[in-house]
Amino acid sequence: MNVGRPIEAETSVGARRAMMLIMHRELCLSFRRPEQLLQPLVFFLIVTTLFPLGLSVQLSLLRDMAPGVLWVAALLSSLLSLDSLFKNDADDGTLEQLALSGQSLATIVIAKTLAHWLVSGAALVLVSPVVAIGLNIPVSAFATMLLGLALGTLTLSWLGAIGAGLTVGLRRGNVLLSLIVLPLAMPLLIFGAGATDRAISGTSAAGALYFLASLCVFTSTLAPFAAAAALRIALD
Amino acid sequence: MWTWFYRLASPPHVYRVAATLIPWFLTAAAFAIGYGAIAGLVFAPPDYQQGDAFRIIYVHAPSGWISMFAYSTMAVAGAIGLIWRIKMGHAVAAAVAPIGASFTVLALVTGSLWGRPMWGTYWAWDPRLTSELILLFLFAGVMSLRPAFEDSNRGDRAAALLSIVGVVNVPIIHYSVLWWNSLHQGATVAKLGKPSMPPSMLLPLLSMMLGFMCFFGAVLCMRLRGEVLNRERQATWVREAIKS
Repeated sequence: MNVGRPIEAETSVGARRAMMLIMHRELCLSFRRPEQLLQPLVFFLIVTTLFPLGLSVQLSLLRDMAPGVLWVAALLSSLLSLDSLFKNDADDGTLEQLALSGQSLATIVIAKTLAHWLVSGAALVLVSPVVAIGLNIPVSAFATMLLGLALGTLTLSWLGAIGAGLTVGLRRGNVLLSLIVLPLAMPLLIFGAGATDRAISGTSAAGALYFLASLCVFTSTLAPFAAAAALRIALD
Repeated sequence: MWTWFYRLASPPHVYRVAATLIPWFLTAAAFAIGYGAIAGLVFAPPDYQQGDAFRIIYVHAPSGWISMFAYSTMAVAGAIGLIWRIKMGHAVAAAVAPIGASFTVLALVTGSLWGRPMWGTYWAWDPRLTSELILLFLFAGVMSLRPAFEDSNRGDRAAALLSIVGVVNVPIIHYSVLWWNSLHQGATVAKLGKPSMPPSMLLPLLSMMLGFMCFFGAVLCMRLRGEVLNRERQATWVREAIKS
């Protein structure tokens, strides 16, 4: 009756080690398919280019619209990559193996979402100054904008994990994913664009940034469990 | 003591209970809405600022309230179905979603009709309007998620989970009244606010609220019966119930 135990002890890993392993795997996979990594960023650049072209190119007008344009484009381009968060792993059976590994599903969700944010959200934050210059956002507002975008994209990744978990079993879940996630992301847009707007006009953006941070903490504590529950529905 | 509650998990029982409740709800709704409409539209004095235009509140406020109540009902019913695996919870959630969405649309339409004479515009990006619109989107998300699954059981649970997640967002949306105004300086919105209304205005409003509530209950029971029949279409009791 003790036969199984030593093997179990050898193969089981702690939650932190499991998270590191999953994140390492996710990052490896992403960097081996760089086009998937770049496409949302290019989309981000193109969408933000569309607005100055579609509107009359008055720099003052552009500066008023810039926070909204920047944030809407960031939300949309983040949505593009969310679809593949669990889908590839669900299609080839990796997700089931991960779920059977004995690690809590929430741990797996946290690792995968953080890895996803590193290659999508964080990359978008790094590209945003280029876009900001094009949109005539003053350099003095960059710090607020970068911090806000970092918090906002991370929050969106958590919300997106729930949406991706809910739609993982669906063949054409991409539009549905946007339909589910975007209403939930509207508070993000309000505070994110608000913070950038205030930074541009030179007033203190601390209040909006605090709200963004609180939304980020709120989603990062609760969303992994909601996304895990969603995955459990999809898996059984 | 709890047997009446446990029996609600049984589809034929729910089917019968809903049938007996419908006439009661409809009668109560007819009286309450009848009194509220006549007293509110005819006998209540015109508002000193808004004149007769304020009377749309007798449709607007109750439907807005029911829209929130319907969403909460959907989330609670979904949670009951998700946690205790009671299928009737999912049936209630599925039945209530289109009703809630309809009341949300009604609240938005009456609100914008009211906004035209009062604010000079049909639509303003006022937090109240925006939050109600988000509520409509949440309803739309839940309603489109459920049928997207081929396995109806899975669709039910996914929709329940989404509606619970949406409830977490409701207070955030609600308090954006304060946050949004502090960020955006908009047109100062005149609202029928805290100052207490005279009883001749307030009583018809409360009556309308009660009437809308009963009407909501009646429509929910009707839809629930259809939902139960559809879900249990393989069961023998449905065949007997339809024959008789």
